[in-house]
Amino acid sequence: MSKTTAHSVVAPTPTARRVSGAIVILYALITMIPLAWIVMTSFKTPPDSIAYPPKVLFEPSLEGYCNLFTTRSRQTPEYLESLPAPEPGCDAIVRSRNMVIAGPSNVIPRFTNSIIIAFGSTFLAVFLGTITAYAFSRFKVPFADDILFFILSTRFMPPIAVAIPIFLMYRAIGLSDTHLGMILLYTAVNVSLAVWLLKGFIDEIPREYEEAAMIDGYSRLHAFVKVVLPQAATGIAATAIFCLIFAWNEYAFAVLLTSGTAQTMPPFIPFIIGEGGQDWPAVAAATTLFLIPIFVFTILLRKHLLRGITFGAVRK
Amino acid sequence: MAEVVLSGVTKRFKTVAAVESLDLTVHDGEFIVLLGPTGAGKTTTLRLVGGLERPDEGSITIGGHDVTHAAPAARDVAFVFQQYSLYPHLSAYDNLAFPLRSPARRVPEDEIRKRVGEIAEMLRISAKLQNRATQLSGGEMQRVAIGRALVRRPSIYLMDEPLSSLDAKLRSDLRLELKRIQQDLGATILYVTHDQTEAMTMAVRIGVIESGRMIQLGTPREIYTAPASVYVATRLGQPAINLLPVGLLPDGGAPTGGKTVGARTENLRIAKAANGSANATVDWIEHLGDQNHLHVTVGDHKLVTLADPESDLAKGDRVSLSLVDPLYFDASGKRIAASGKARIPQGNG
Repeated sequence: MSKTTAHSVVAPTPTARRVSGAIVILYALITMIPLAWIVMTSFKTPPDSIAYPPKVLFEPSLEGYCNLFTTRSRQTPEYLESLPAPEPGCDAIVRSRNMVIAGPSNVIPRFTNSIIIAFGSTFLAVFLGTITAYAFSRFKVPFADDILFFILSTRFMPPIAVAIPIFLMYRAIGLSDTHLGMILLYTAVNVSLAVWLLKGFIDEIPREYEEAAMIDGYSRLHAFVKVVLPQAATGIAATAIFCLIFAWNEYAFAVLLTSGTAQTMPPFIPFIIGEGGQDWPAVAAATTLFLIPIFVFTILLRKHLLRGITFGAVRK
Repeated sequence: MAEVVLSGVTKRFKTVAAVESLDLTVHDGEFIVLLGPTGAGKTTTLRLVGGLERPDEGSITIGGHDVTHAAPAARDVAFVFQQYSLYPHLSAYDNLAFPLRSPARRVPEDEIRKRVGEIAEMLRISAKLQNRATQLSGGEMQRVAIGRALVRRPSIYLMDEPLSSLDAKLRSDLRLELKRIQQDLGATILYVTHDQTEAMTMAVRIGVIESGRMIQLGTPREIYTAPASVYVATRLGQPAINLLPVGLLPDGGAPTGGKTVGARTENLRIAKAANGSANATVDWIEHLGDQNHLHVTVGDHKLVTLADPESDLAKGDRVSLSLVDPLYFDASGKRIAASGKARIPQGNG
């Protein structure tokens, strides 16, 4: 005899739960394959990385990372013979390829540039975006709609369309290949997105909260910091992630405007390919490294992000 | 506590005047209720006193100081909003402590703890102090919101329909509570509502507002028994006052110029009609438990009055209706005294 148990008509049944869970996990696994492949490749030796059929099981090696962090020079066997025994680690790996380490590569300065430029411009864009959005949300700004449209209109074309004028201007005022120049550029691109996203979030915060705070003895600035900012945290976090991802990944301007001092990771990574054969493990190692900050940042803000990207759909 | 005076205050939004040449004096320790329908300008009046709006004309003084152009923080007022009353990112305790931690006050933390504790006790929310504001029920939230005003001793408490989002039971509990607290503290309160029961039970004086103008200001009893106009009369009384043309029903004789008769339940005598004396028909009866609403048709006019639940009136019955001391209004809607035995309103209600 079958037993009938009462269940809600809107809550999913256990079977539906399991099926939907399985679908989500399967989809997640599929989307993660390329990432997993990159990380795996970074631990392969160059021959393993181009083996056919591709190797799923392999002996892990740090050769990719050694090659990424160093520059090497090929030596004659006689010269190598004459050297003292290599130290274990990168030294030994490099020696086994008939090379010696000539010095550190540019990866650390490039990575540092990426961090400074991406986080710097994200901070600026979100900061400016927040106060601008607040002003548009709360005050009677003359021609507010037109100004907001103008801000949005900077997004109507791909930013690269203005690459040549910017290149010429930057050269003229000495901003080419500088951290400041890149931070300003990415901020300019991101600030329109930030203003529009954040205005939506701040509009949703009832102004009664600030009014209550002002009655309670706070100035408007205090009320903004104590009452608006905490409630806009979700929107600020979501906006920060969007801005960071753009600035972190941006390639076209970086190629055009940076060559040394301020070069970021995106133009640097393809540069690795050209250095003495196609060193895929080194490229994969660079990519893996490149993924980490975004990964960490997103994990840190995930609580906010989840609410942030579904904003409008979920009422408080 | 202090006296608050509004003189000739006008506030326009674009071309619409939300408040127009409003004069109002709230005496020290007085509980004034502003009564009027949505959009009458009650909330704008409160916001003007609180400094959330600046008047276009007129002046506002609190305790003798002209605060017409002062910032909200500088006015020493407390405001209870109709909704969105608590800071959602803070606990109930921090919400109550918020005004005391403001740069304008900076009360020491142990003093804050003491004051918050007392108020929480008074409002019976002590057990919920550590809850996040969003984890409170509607009634608890509103009590915390009222508490946030009460932790301070401002010149005046401004309350904008603080009970309107609550259920009936809680509303009547808090109504009594608020009145008791007001008397205990000797607080000056300007309270806005469209609920006549709140106005009648709590107010020392009621101000009836229409389209931004103060139509009548007086004790609840004055407003009820001697309304200045049809508009004021329709604000009070449950069921609402019945407005009929003079002469439709027998009365003690209308004064000259009287065009409209206002009849509340207590002004109507109803009796089962004996043969030809019937002038009305019972349409239907709403049973509300403690009382019955009787819907009656007289000619083309419909009336609502109360009937004793024990009465044996039934739908379709022919009845005779007559008026006892009704209110009379002239063609412009102003009340005119009844001829002969005009009722003199009693002062201080």
